[in-house]
Amino acid sequence: MLFTSLPFVLFVAVLVVVYYVFVPHNERWGLLLIASLAFYFFADPKYIIFITVTALTAYVFAILTENYNSKRKAYLKEHKAEWDADTKKRYKTTTTRVTRLLLFFALLISLGILAVTKYTNFVIETINSMRSEPLSFVNVIVPMGISFYTFQTVSYSIDVARGTVKAQRNFWKFLLFVSFFPQLVQGPISRYGDLSQTLYEPKLFDFRGVSYGLLRILWGYFKKLVVADRLVVALKTLTASPDEYKGAFVFVVMMLYAAQLYCDFTGGIDITIGIAQMLGVTVKENFDLPYFSKNIKEYWNRWHITMGTWFTDYIFYPLSVSPTMLKLSKWSRQHLGNEVGKRVTVYISCFCVWLATGIWHGAAWHFVVWGLMNFVVIMASQELEPLYAKFHGKFGFKGRHWYSALEILRTFLLMSSLKLFDCYRNVGLTFRMFGSMFTTFNAGKLFGGALLELGLDRGDYIVASVAIVAVFLVSLYKYIRGVNLRDFLFEKYPLFVLSCVLLFVSIVVFGAYGAGFDAAQFIYNQF
Amino acid sequence: MKKITNSDKLVKFYYVACVVLGVAVAAVAVWYLQKLLVPKYQRGVVEGAMISEYYDSEEPHEVIFLGDCEVYENISTVALYRDYGISSYIRGSAQQLTWHSYYLLEDTLRYETPEVVVFNVLALKYGEPQSESYNRMTLDGMAWSLSKWNAIEASMTGDEHMIDYVFPILRYHSRWNELTQTDFDHVFERDRVTTNGYYMRTDVMPEGEFPAPTPLTDYTLPESSMEYLQRIVDLCRENDIELILIKAPTLYPHWYEQWDEQVRDFADQNGVPYINYIYLRDAIGLDMSTDTYDAGLHLNLSGAEKFADYIGEYLVSHYDLTDYRQVPEVASLWENDILFYDQLRDAQNAELAQYGELQSWGVNAIEN
Amino acid sequence: MDELIEILKDLHSDVDFETCTTLIDDKILDSFDIVSIVSEVDDKFDVAIPAKELIPENFNSAKALWDLISRLSED
Repeated sequence: MLFTSLPFVLFVAVLVVVYYVFVPHNERWGLLLIASLAFYFFADPKYIIFITVTALTAYVFAILTENYNSKRKAYLKEHKAEWDADTKKRYKTTTTRVTRLLLFFALLISLGILAVTKYTNFVIETINSMRSEPLSFVNVIVPMGISFYTFQTVSYSIDVARGTVKAQRNFWKFLLFVSFFPQLVQGPISRYGDLSQTLYEPKLFDFRGVSYGLLRILWGYFKKLVVADRLVVALKTLTASPDEYKGAFVFVVMMLYAAQLYCDFTGGIDITIGIAQMLGVTVKENFDLPYFSKNIKEYWNRWHITMGTWFTDYIFYPLSVSPTMLKLSKWSRQHLGNEVGKRVTVYISCFCVWLATGIWHGAAWHFVVWGLMNFVVIMASQELEPLYAKFHGKFGFKGRHWYSALEILRTFLLMSSLKLFDCYRNVGLTFRMFGSMFTTFNAGKLFGGALLELGLDRGDYIVASVAIVAVFLVSLYKYIRGVNLRDFLFEKYPLFVLSCVLLFVSIVVFGAYGAGFDAAQFIYNQF
Repeated sequence: MKKITNSDKLVKFYYVACVVLGVAVAAVAVWYLQKLLVPKYQRGVVEGAMISEYYDSEEPHEVIFLGDCEVYENISTVALYRDYGISSYIRGSAQQLTWHSYYLLEDTLRYETPEVVVFNVLALKYGEPQSESYNRMTLDGMAWSLSKWNAIEASMTGDEHMIDYVFPILRYHSRWNELTQTDFDHVFERDRVTTNGYYMRTDVMPEGEFPAPTPLTDYTLPESSMEYLQRIVDLCRENDIELILIKAPTLYPHWYEQWDEQVRDFADQNGVPYINYIYLRDAIGLDMSTDTYDAGLHLNLSGAEKFADYIGEYLVSHYDLTDYRQVPEVASLWENDILFYDQLRDAQNAELAQYGELQSWGVNAIEN
Repeated sequence: MDELIEILKDLHSDVDFETCTTLIDDKILDSFDIVSIVSEVDDKFDVAIPAKELIPENFNSAKALWDLISRLSED
């Protein structure tokens, strides 16, 4: 069920009504579980097996670990008096090894399923490109949202092992955390610590929450259907025959894709968060005005936030503060000097994170290269920082409005050009197309009707432009005021209702859906 | 426990009122936009406007014709009235399939029970839904009833959805980009395009050569269309309606001998008359060098009046039909229809005299 | 404590680490800084901060960080 399909809209509408009208408030989490499983079941009944195995693994692991930990704590307490420090330390080391082993197996199973389902054919393809006799591809199904729910269970397992969250002993409740349907398709990647409370607590009908949720959903559909799915048509034309559309057209691709991806992805997240909000569940925000970032590091703190923090918390930190890395850090500082040595380990960890991020985005080499390009840019900007600082110190531009705008524009262009990898889906082609912008720009080609031959007509461009301006203004409001426009609107409730009506009508009339439009899948769907 | 005060109630009322008003505004807006965005079929392709015109026709109809262009372009309802006093209506539209006809008959019976139903057999050759646009032209004009629902269910092609019929705006919303003045002028009022279902053309293009009929691998008429024909027979029987099966005198699309036999057998088994007018072209007096406007595919006004004369003769001699020219309240309604008919004829003839071809009807009038 | 402030000052000379309590919340320290701090602390205090302690509450102020170091060195 696509978010943009009518059955999905009806599914949610019926769910919300049944949820508040027929189900007692302290049992509403149960209906959420049933709805989530039903959602999964409609997509493909086989998926349920995969998600249950992954959930069960993390569930059993958590309970075993927690039981073991409390036993060993008790044991330690019991023998506190008689043991000396050394014995205590030895006991701790051995028992820690046990929990580590448990964690290892738990992660092996869930990450193993992810690896086999998603990456088998990628590996085969890569091997084939290096050998003369090709291996045949295997037919594996990729369960919907497997990357997202696997990451959720992995973070849960690690958190339980670290002792930062308590294990959930009710399997059904835990299964709900893993399968909560609004975020199954494309995130956000929630943490158990964040989601559990809001997921299981009794939910009363909250007028404000339901209003906000509805507006948010409409806003999401507006971005997705009026902008993203409309622009997809032109992007397909442009990237399907790249040799025809070089130079200035690559810039058009950059701009269109920046708008399309943003509206598609944030729109989808708006729908997710909106639905959760209508159901009384608070899901973490995944975007914070990413296109207003002044540098790439900031961008990655604002774009797909839950993924970024996941990689930071579960790969970057553990890797960088591991004893081996600390040793390496010491060594490099002694041998390469303080300034350089300090950065070596950070960069190694950073490299690993971006490699993983690239692979996570998709089983394809262009994603890997895209991830590493991000790493390169981050490293470069880090290295150039002293230079920037000097420059700022000399001219005192920093903080001026026009200079901030320039920084924002620079970051936007930089990130948009990196996204070209995702557009052309081929590493060599992407570099070639990017290069053609500088060798044969020829802006004249764009005029004289060429843009009208991409599958969009004048009306489409007008509608898309007006909608993008609306999206930009709403973002700008948040950027300048620091609060969401919806907060202002809610205080003037008739305006709030009017916004909902306007959005609804625009979606119905101007949405790119139905016959004549390809129903574009969510970009993050199979991730 | 918090006490609910009057001001709390007032606040609650304020919010509820906002929501209710918002829902109402949204509903009205979408309703209006739907009316604006659906195709009106007012110029050029007018076939989509035919089915709904029936509901505006006030006089009783003793004869109902069911079928596709072979009835709505070939039989002049005014000639039937003028010459025999027969009050008839053609419930037909472009490529109207057999199940469309069946459900239109069901639909008609909700308003009146005719004495005679005349079904043109050409559509029997189609056993499957053919195309969305033809489905739309027939189905969108039907008033809502269980019959319409069933007609849609029976007609949808692979990628059509019931919801798009229930809320046509979902299907037609992208027409915002191609709206014409005609759309804005006809949001609530449609212009009349037929005289009791008859679509008039006065231009002339003589019958030409038709491509030789291609041999078929299987000449059996599809089960599905024959099943609906049986249902038409049964429905007529239940309602004491006389049914006549006809094949219009036009030659293209080709009506195979083998099909003719099957229909003849079917008619015999069910005790209903079947008349193939292809064999009666001379008796009708058709001169296909002057009686067709599109090289023989369909009859023009002159042809349609001749054909109506011939059918009318058969109808009055075999059935006990009222001569409505003698019923003043019906006759006065018919006077209006005749007036429309005559004016339309004069207007078309004027254009023919001026331009040599029609400008405001047919191909030249198509807007988008 | 002074030594810790020194480490921090080394990273961002323009921040008043003695009083600021929103080092993470206001995005003054990023993940790179945190890793640098961990390795410096390991160096200077011989205290290994494990990954599970790398949470905003422990890094929002110099004081919180100091408390963390003291707690870990006691164990």
